[in-house]
Amino acid sequence: MTASVNGEPREVPEGTTVTALVVDLGLPAGGRGVAVAIDGEIVPRAEWGTREVADGARVEVLTAMQGG
Amino acid sequence: MLELAGRQLRSRLILGTGGFPSLELLREAIEASGTELVTVALRRIDPSMRGSLVDVLGEAGVELLPNTAGCFTARDAVMTARLAREAFETDLVKLEVIGDERTLLPDAPELLVAAEELVDGGFTVLPYTNDDPILARRLEDVGCAAVMPAGSPIGSGIGIANPYNIALIVEHARVPVVLDAGIGTASDAALAMELGCDAVLCASAISRARDPVRMARAIRAAVEAGRAALEAGRIPRRRYAEASSPMHGLPELSGGPVE
Repeated sequence: MTASVNGEPREVPEGTTVTALVVDLGLPAGGRGVAVAIDGEIVPRAEWGTREVADGARVEVLTAMQGG
Repeated sequence: MLELAGRQLRSRLILGTGGFPSLELLREAIEASGTELVTVALRRIDPSMRGSLVDVLGEAGVELLPNTAGCFTARDAVMTARLAREAFETDLVKLEVIGDERTLLPDAPELLVAAEELVDGGFTVLPYTNDDPILARRLEDVGCAAVMPAGSPIGSGIGIANPYNIALIVEHARVPVVLDAGIGTASDAALAMELGCDAVLCASAISRARDPVRMARAIRAAVEAGRAALEAGRIPRRRYAEASSPMHGLPELSGGPVE
């Protein structure tokens, strides 16, 4: 199945959790400094381990960048 | 000591991390600036990015002040602040709601709406605002922990375009006033502090200087000097001179010998 991750289509196996996706993106599983939104809703870190990425989901994975 | 957002800060310089050509230079500039609070933006992860900004800032021992830069509506700014709270586990937010891409000046009505919503949501809100004393008061009234008026547009280096307005904001504020945006060089930061601002937030003036680390040191010194000058109390401006040497006791040096 396919999800949109930061605006790019990405193949994700069925049952992929947010934690799995974050790790797959090369980020630490603890998610320090990372925030995730799916379909415009924030996914709290406590739910990353259980929340699955659905087919067609629009996922934003955000972190700190230099700014301001 | 600066009391800001419930924190006791020794440094009155807040550093924006934008514009540094490398994380290493950023790290050195943080050290040279003496800052304890630095801004960060929240963006999509960049797989090509080398090194972690969060790790560098963590090692530097500074607290993060996430911003909502790039947001043009209250709705986007509130969402960004909530995401930043998730990411960085902080209630602090530098609230920016931009009204115009060319000037990057704040959109006052949207800013006020976002500020109120975030305060209600438990955030400690530090709004980037116009140099408008009335808007500053309204932001304070909705519960912002500070007001951060622009000296001039972000990254312009123009300095403080309207010192009179900044002085008015300072005069009436019951929360700390942080001069945010527009600083071009050390003297601008000193002026901000002399006008009575409690702190200065500065990014481009340092990060885009030819020698960012040296400029960090210079602006740090300027902030300290301006604060000291404020506390020392400047003399009033006069229209005419006031002699600093006594007129009494002047010798008679002209004219001939005494008859």
